[in-house]
Amino acid sequence: MNTDPVVTHPDLQLITLDVNGERHDVITEPRRTLVDVLRHELRLTGTHVGCEHGICGACTVLVDERPVRACLMFAAQAEGSSIRTVESLSEDGGGELNDLQRAFSEHHALQCGFCTPGFLMLAEGFLAERPDATKEEIREVVASNLCRCTGYQTIVEAIDACATTRRRTCATPCDSPAGKEH
Amino acid sequence: MSNSPVSDGKLVGKAVRRREDPRLLAGRGRFVDDIALPGMLHAQFVRSTVAHAELSSVDVSAVRDVPGVVAVFTAEDLELGDIVAQLGRPLSEFVPTAMPVLARDKVRYVGEPIAIVVARDAYAAEDGLEAAKVSYATLPPVLSEEAAFADGAPLVHAEAARNTLVDVSLFATEGIDGIFDAAPCVVEVDTRTGRQNALPLETRGAVAHWDDREEQLVVHTCTQIPHQVRTVASRCLRLDERAVRVVVPDMGGGFGQKCVVGREEIAAAAAALRLRRPVKWIEDRKDALSASFLAREQHYRARAAFDAEGRILALDADVVCDMGAYSCYPFTAGIEPLMASAEMPGVYKLPAYRVRGRAVTTNKAPTGPYRGVSRPQYVMVMERLFERAARRLALDPVEIRRRNVITEFPYKGVNGITYDPGSYLESLNLCERSVREEGWYEKQAAAAAEGRHIGIGYSCFSERTGYGSAAFAQRKMQVVPGFDISEVRMDTSGAVTFTTGTMNHGQSHETTMAQIVADELALDIAKVRLHQGDTDRITYGFGTFASRSITIGGSAVRLAAAKLGDKLCAIAASRWGVAPEEVELTEGAARRRNAQDVLTYEEIADIAYLRAHLLPKDIEPGLSVTATFDVFNDGTFSNATHACVVELHAGTGQVEILRYVCVEDCGVAINPQVVEGQCRGGIAQGIAGALFEQVTYDAQGEPSATGFMDYKVPTAHEIPDVLIHHLETPCAFTETGAKGAGEGGTIGAPAAVLNAVNDALRPTGVELDHTPITPETVHRALNGAPSLESSS
Repeated sequence: MNTDPVVTHPDLQLITLDVNGERHDVITEPRRTLVDVLRHELRLTGTHVGCEHGICGACTVLVDERPVRACLMFAAQAEGSSIRTVESLSEDGGGELNDLQRAFSEHHALQCGFCTPGFLMLAEGFLAERPDATKEEIREVVASNLCRCTGYQTIVEAIDACATTRRRTCATPCDSPAGKEH
Repeated sequence: MSNSPVSDGKLVGKAVRRREDPRLLAGRGRFVDDIALPGMLHAQFVRSTVAHAELSSVDVSAVRDVPGVVAVFTAEDLELGDIVAQLGRPLSEFVPTAMPVLARDKVRYVGEPIAIVVARDAYAAEDGLEAAKVSYATLPPVLSEEAAFADGAPLVHAEAARNTLVDVSLFATEGIDGIFDAAPCVVEVDTRTGRQNALPLETRGAVAHWDDREEQLVVHTCTQIPHQVRTVASRCLRLDERAVRVVVPDMGGGFGQKCVVGREEIAAAAAALRLRRPVKWIEDRKDALSASFLAREQHYRARAAFDAEGRILALDADVVCDMGAYSCYPFTAGIEPLMASAEMPGVYKLPAYRVRGRAVTTNKAPTGPYRGVSRPQYVMVMERLFERAARRLALDPVEIRRRNVITEFPYKGVNGITYDPGSYLESLNLCERSVREEGWYEKQAAAAAEGRHIGIGYSCFSERTGYGSAAFAQRKMQVVPGFDISEVRMDTSGAVTFTTGTMNHGQSHETTMAQIVADELALDIAKVRLHQGDTDRITYGFGTFASRSITIGGSAVRLAAAKLGDKLCAIAASRWGVAPEEVELTEGAARRRNAQDVLTYEEIADIAYLRAHLLPKDIEPGLSVTATFDVFNDGTFSNATHACVVELHAGTGQVEILRYVCVEDCGVAINPQVVEGQCRGGIAQGIAGALFEQVTYDAQGEPSATGFMDYKVPTAHEIPDVLIHHLETPCAFTETGAKGAGEGGTIGAPAAVLNAVNDALRPTGVELDHTPITPETVHRALNGAPSLESSS
């Protein structure tokens, strides 16, 4: 955390981030990655850092509703975009888990839980775009991120079960991209 | 446990939903890098860029001028004690070596920490690293077993002649040479397994600060062994143990890599102590891949004698484990060769055995335990020997195993170990039946007719999981893990807090252990809460490794809960003036048998704490009890059979896993869903070792794996769905009937995959004994080119 109160410092700039529907003004170095700013400046520590080179996907967040690696993006590049982190999934401020989170728990799709926020945001973005995804397509997408605990099977099953339930509850064309139960 | 009721089994045995899930799923878990303290500084390490050298000079003066850098310390500045891992064996068998917290005179691997840079943030700390000037007088690096043992080889540690840290010869059955001479069938294998990284997704890290009020150095760190980290920190920093508190937050995996004491967390703690400011160190992935504790690089030469019916008569093995540059604390470099030497016979009735186990030191990153510890390797050796003998004797690979597995228990092995009952034959039969019923043998034949290469492979194993003090003492460890202590405490609201000395890093302790307590006390699980990972809160513990958490930790928890149950009964009985035997605990209350009298736990707790004058003289106020548990015999053995079906692709040499079946027996499964999760995760790591992951070194000792572009961690593409069948042979030596379940998947998978690949290669006549099995090797085998293995 940068604690130096030097707003005129040549290496610092003011950026504005829209995160989980809330506007944040952040004074930071331009070289700071989006994930570091989310975690250490905004204290949204649900998003994790696993490799810092875009492979493991633990830092996956939604930028304009699409999954991106927050370690491969500078925070400054995210200005003007809408960012969603894992903290946005739970309803009423973190009390109630959403259907995707509940599916992960029901299917034991997490053990240590470190990679889990990345998989959740990956799945959230993917299912919004492809609500009719087959299990094979879900497995393809799950292969974007690394998990060291589960062997992936239960992650695929959890996302597939969530997608199936969303389709069932939206028997008529569903206009809620997030597909929350209604 | 005399008076409290036996668990009515309401929760144990059920897939109770995990209690740790809501916070982890909501992004409200707290991992070590999530901790931020006021005024916190950030550390990074200047690390060696050469594998073997005298340190000519370490000039860090320019580091202090880098903007944002607050301090930099070398070994000379910090004057810390060394980390020394000890085995109580004679010098001919074990040579202790010192691991300085920061390298002092010499560096022994690329990535060895030389200085710690502390700055206002991690970016500035990294800037600081670039300003350090380190001069090396390079020495020739020792990078292989062969180079280490060569005459006149450079010495990694001057005190370790021939670069040998451990050299033990065990179990030389009299007349074993004669058995080999007379046997109708003798087969040999020469197996090598690649150096792997246990690779928890959360890298190592620590946040340390001095607490003036408690006069304590508080170290938040992701470790599987908090109490042992405290011991090392207090010794290195010359503080009383009570002046160090180690706290473990949520942990993003460990798999053994975090069950040894690292130098970096001690250095970060030392910097915090010097600066009297909080210091955070979070390992980056490059360091985690190349310079954290690695594992698994082993070489076995083994031969086995068989009779004409395929029964094994004798086994003679030579085990060499490349432990890298330092012996890890507390397990030492003995962990791998001693495990392999003692337990190699596995599930088979072996009459004669001889083994030599050695640990060699080289200029590579040091190794530590990794899920399975040597068992994946020696199981691979045994399973290759049986496959080879089956081919020689024209026997079915499953049939030869069937003729050799132990079927009568308890069985005292040639290795001096007594095996408790398991389902060795049953698991083999069920596994084969499962594969047959899915039609894989027909699919294999049909594929062969089309010129495709499908293979089916098996592996059978047992794994000791109930390592009590007695079992570890036999290994002559100076830090002898084994027992565990649990405290169970009820407050005035009737809610229960309990502790374990084990340490969760993904195994669901908060749920499974709470299931045990809730059942024992007939209490709603919502009223039960586990505390772990805090050396001030937990009397003592050895943490989590060797699948000991439920077997040993869970047993201590159950005993303590039962003891609290006894006290609840005794207080209720004293109120009613009846014998405690007349009281039973159900649904959160004590009830008098055959009567209407009921005292809720709140009411009993109210008496125990707030109106203690009502207690009889022989009952102490309060509702806090502790219990310890240990295993005093050879331990308990989980067992399993794995089957794998692969297809080899001739054009690319790719190995595709078409099916994976696991039959596991871990005794009573406290939570079957958790057990399945452990199996699947373990199998994924075993497949990773069989087919993908390896850290190699170039001629100068530079490691190949510095990022996930170079170190292939399998994804959902490569890891198949796993069909799991459960058998249950309850354990007589644990309080829960459970045997450990954490490591089996990792142990069984490499042999099953290797055997499946060899089955698919059968028409080519090539047999592979090394892992990882690379596409190049398979491609060469399928296309008639000479094998690479003989040259490696």
